Amino acid sequence: METYLGEKQQARQWSPYINNGGSCLAVAGDDFAVIASDTRMSLGYSIKTRYSTKYLKITEKCSIVSSGMQADIFTLHKVLKSRAQIYEQKHGKPMSTDAVAKLVSRLLYYRRFFPYYTFNIVAGVDEDGVGCVFSYDAIGTLERVKYSASGSGSSLIEPVLDNQVALKNRNDIKKEEFKLTKEYAIDLVKDAITSAGERDIYTGDFVEISVIDLNGTHEDKFELRFD
Amino acid sequence: MQKGGFNFDLYQRNVELIEKNNYKVPKTTKTGTTIVGVVFSDGVVLGADTRATSGPIVADPNCEKIHRISDYIWCAGAGTAADTENTTGMISLQLELLSLSTGRSPRVRTALTLLKNFLFRYHGYISAALVLGGVDFTGPHLHMIHPHGSTSTLPYISMGSGSLAAMAVLETGYNSKMGEEDAKSLVHQAILSGILNDLGSGGNVDLCVIKHKSMEFFRNIDTTNSKRKFRKKLPYMFKSGSTKILEKEIKEKMEKMEIVNEKENEIEELEEL
Repeated sequence: METYLGEKQQARQWSPYINNGGSCLAVAGDDFAVIASDTRMSLGYSIKTRYSTKYLKITEKCSIVSSGMQADIFTLHKVLKSRAQIYEQKHGKPMSTDAVAKLVSRLLYYRRFFPYYTFNIVAGVDEDGVGCVFSYDAIGTLERVKYSASGSGSSLIEPVLDNQVALKNRNDIKKEEFKLTKEYAIDLVKDAITSAGERDIYTGDFVEISVIDLNGTHEDKFELRFD
Repeated sequence: MQKGGFNFDLYQRNVELIEKNNYKVPKTTKTGTTIVGVVFSDGVVLGADTRATSGPIVADPNCEKIHRISDYIWCAGAGTAADTENTTGMISLQLELLSLSTGRSPRVRTALTLLKNFLFRYHGYISAALVLGGVDFTGPHLHMIHPHGSTSTLPYISMGSGSLAAMAVLETGYNSKMGEEDAKSLVHQAILSGILNDLGSGGNVDLCVIKHKSMEFFRNIDTTNSKRKFRKKLPYMFKSGSTKILEKEIKEKMEKMEIVNEKENEIEELEEL
């Protein structure tokens, strides 16, 4: 259908997917990992709820955060939780972080032709006690990294982590001399997601942040802007 | 030479860029916005939030959306930021010239007519939704103007993406016998409702109270929603040398200037004409 200016207007097709917004990130240190996500669920210009969790603790050593469509996040987390429970009961021990990472990848690829609209990040400590972060795309491409951000605020957060964690484009500190401490990582994660909350309309309300180390998981929550 | 109006020289090129080169049309800064106006016993109160968005990103967290048309006629604008600013600026100019040539203080209904005629000429392509309020010698007035050029005269108005949130508050709280403090408080609550519940609105509350020969502008009367909740204690430090220097070029500062061409004669020629 052409308008009088010659622009073509396409008929709107129904889509099974919607984006509920929100940002997630995770940073891995030598023997710990920090993982965080905001809790705002939006639709268009409205806020559906200020508290809808995007975080799931899978084992004491491994957690996942997901952004994207809340319905798919909820379902994926439900499936993941039950699969982890089945594994633990069958094998008599909790899943290792590497196994969880691979499981998430398989669960996502299983839905290759009608994907979960979720952008996941898995973080924890691996079998050697080293902090790890795994990032995925919607269909389960798996990559182990030192840090990752996903969601509507990811383009605001990722460059900060590139500069402050990977020390990219910096000539004042050498990589060998830099040690990522737990306090530094927690402060950085909190600061990064707060900054995303300032400039991204879909990020805000509350943040669930959790620190995973060899002693287990410590969960915390803090406030962001409500506007 | 083109006199006034808009320049359409690049139209053909833009159409071709979009169709053949898959060029993406740049996003305009919209004001998302919640703007509100309420009439009370002695005048009008205008209110606005302060967030300007460019898609899902906040372009300006503290912009001014209440524009001056004349001393006692003010206008809050929603829609494309450039459109609201330039439209209100142009009409303010025209109104000033008109008031000087007629020797009379400007009326709100004149500003209304100028604005609606201007916007109608552009058939909605100028995306400016305005809440015009003011007090002239005929009394207090409040109008809403849509981008296509239609207007309404009402005792309370809300516009912008947060208009539904604001209107819910206005409908609940408005009564025709309100005084200044009640009206200010109602407008404040309406804007807050937009700021908290609409993602296109946010930041601080701006208020403007106009009475007979009196105008009070409360810029950022409420900043409780725009405070950053967490800031890490250690600042971001970049020591000298953080950015790699690729090339260095030092230019000598010019101490003397040489006069190459003198053009005194040109001025004399003009005077003769």
